[in-house]
Amino acid sequence: MNFARNVLVIAVKDLRAEIRTKEAINASFAFALVILLLFSFAFDPEAETTREISGGLLWIVFAFAGTLVLNRSFARELPNDCLDALIAAPISGAALYLGKALANYVLVLAMELVSLPVFAIFNNVTRPVSQQIWPILLVIALGTWGLTVIGTIFSALTVNIRLREVMLPMLTYPILVPALMGAMLMTSSLVMGKPLAGDNLTWLKMLVGFDLIYTAASLALVEIVLVG
Amino acid sequence: MRDKIVYVLGAAAILLLARDINVIAGLPQEANQGAIFKIIFFHVPMAITAMLCSFVALVGSVLFLITRNFKYDALAVSVTEVGLALLLGNLVTGSIWARVIWGIWWTWDARLTSALVCWLLYAGYLMLRRAIEEPTQRATFAAVFSIFAFIDVPIVIFSIKWWRTQHPQPVFWGGGSIPADWYALAGWNLLAMVLFGVVLTAVRFSQEESQREIDSLRRMAHAF
Amino acid sequence: MSAVATERASAVVIEGVWKFYGDFPALRDIQLAADPGSCLALIGRNGAGKTTLLRIVAGFSRPGRGKIKIFGAEPREAETRRKMGFIGHGISVYDELSAFENLKLFARLYGLVDPRKSALEWLERTGLERVRDGLVREFSRGMRQRLAVARAFLHEPSVLLLDEPFTALDDRAIAVLQRLLREALAAGKTIVMSTHQLREALELASHVALLNRGQVAFHGPCTPEMVADPGYVYARYGESS
Repeated sequence: MNFARNVLVIAVKDLRAEIRTKEAINASFAFALVILLLFSFAFDPEAETTREISGGLLWIVFAFAGTLVLNRSFARELPNDCLDALIAAPISGAALYLGKALANYVLVLAMELVSLPVFAIFNNVTRPVSQQIWPILLVIALGTWGLTVIGTIFSALTVNIRLREVMLPMLTYPILVPALMGAMLMTSSLVMGKPLAGDNLTWLKMLVGFDLIYTAASLALVEIVLVG
Repeated sequence: MRDKIVYVLGAAAILLLARDINVIAGLPQEANQGAIFKIIFFHVPMAITAMLCSFVALVGSVLFLITRNFKYDALAVSVTEVGLALLLGNLVTGSIWARVIWGIWWTWDARLTSALVCWLLYAGYLMLRRAIEEPTQRATFAAVFSIFAFIDVPIVIFSIKWWRTQHPQPVFWGGGSIPADWYALAGWNLLAMVLFGVVLTAVRFSQEESQREIDSLRRMAHAF
Repeated sequence: MSAVATERASAVVIEGVWKFYGDFPALRDIQLAADPGSCLALIGRNGAGKTTLLRIVAGFSRPGRGKIKIFGAEPREAETRRKMGFIGHGISVYDELSAFENLKLFARLYGLVDPRKSALEWLERTGLERVRDGLVREFSRGMRQRLAVARAFLHEPSVLLLDEPFTALDDRAIAVLQRLLREALAAGKTIVMSTHQLREALELASHVALLNRGQVAFHGPCTPEMVADPGYVYARYGESS
């Protein structure tokens, strides 16, 4: 399958380049840790209320630190005009997009999987988190895909325009509101010990729906964004 | 010819609004909330008209991507700006109502919150346009973003509503809605609001077309 | 030959192409063609539209009106892209990867049967085999340019599109590129090249097209007068400045 192979070639290329330079991932880790630290000053880790807002805090860290990675996604193709070579190559825009989205997903997940235990330790929620670790990881996996899908297509959209670093978050976060909201509420609920059932299932379905719809929309429109 | 139609529509909108305001002022005050309840005659039609604007923006964006005719791009930006202004009106009237009734300037009620998020979405559209110099690229990218924004509107409304169902708060309008015998008046005001929106869009549209002509004339002058 | 057969025989056909920025026409009704085994040199002032036209032919942007046909097909089709090679202003290789990794990457993207073998072969042909595992960011300018050339030729394209290829090349790179281009022409490939470096380009060119203010001011075979005096075309067919 040519499409799948091309997706993998692009994903591996991005990951290899990033692992060698570590520019985006280091900045992302550092930013995540700083935000977690600042939250510890702002919110008392002992209080019960911190558990209630834990989901919100965590996903703010993920969304902001994740954007540093997502911004690099198409920006890394600008030096030396590499984007031209990729567009000229006989791969579909969709394969290019999906390959980059996959690489971004891996990198953002890496940042999140390091931030999660740090968050749990700083806020004394290690036990609740470890007890619900699988549902929490499921929410992280789905929420991060939504963040990645939107962040990658908008990285392509903003790569050549003025004020790229400002425009990417400005465009991405409003679109992500439903996904972030669902992820935050589910995570808070899980950290407070509730199961992923009942009301939470609706959020899960909404998140899955969001991911599917926007993956489809991005795959359909990416060619227009790349070539015009 | 088009100008004449716009003038007629504008006159109709103003007359209709004037008549409505007259009737609204004459209505009896609502039992629980007093005079301020009448702000609903503007608050709700603004939201509905704004939603209509977002749909027309979607149509304009899709048509632009298919035909590459800049007319559709001009339509999309004009109607989005008008929709944003109306949505801002919706937010402000909501805020005024909340201040008078509850003493607070803002409440995270489902409708107000959804309106705020949608406002941010389409404000992003305008910011994106600002950031792109070249007209064809600007129109293309704005159209793509407009499609993404429109897809999000129902998702935003649904998810915020679900959030408020899970964490209920005192509902806006104190649980009341427009009394049945006032529906007709609300309908007339909605019509007035839509006419108003059409007129503003038409004016902005011709301004956008003129701007494009000026830009290309400038480019030609600089090139040669 | 009938008109249809002629069109199919041409490798690159530019049919009535217009390009608009807003309402401003940057390219106006461009009609050009290049047959297999020919080298078309696009010359013109800065801002005449050479790069714009070349990028449209390469499939990077869409024309406002008109069509591009590469061997009778759309430039954006995958099969057509496989046959095209492009060298632009940038070297289009990754600084963080080695020369070998870069060529293997593009070999895979172009679906070559043995990516390693093709990559090694082209490293040798451009004199980079000794630095194959060096990262591109450590390369000298000339080495980077030779790698760019290797990348463009790697998949044996039938149509080569070059945007000012001789600009800022060192002597060794110029020699490599000229040799490769001559071999390509002898093998029946097609070259469309925009250029300022008139001498190097006109030596290779079989045809010349002068672009002036977005229009074709002259299109014809490359004559000895043109090679002897590169300013000849401008003086005769271009605008007086």
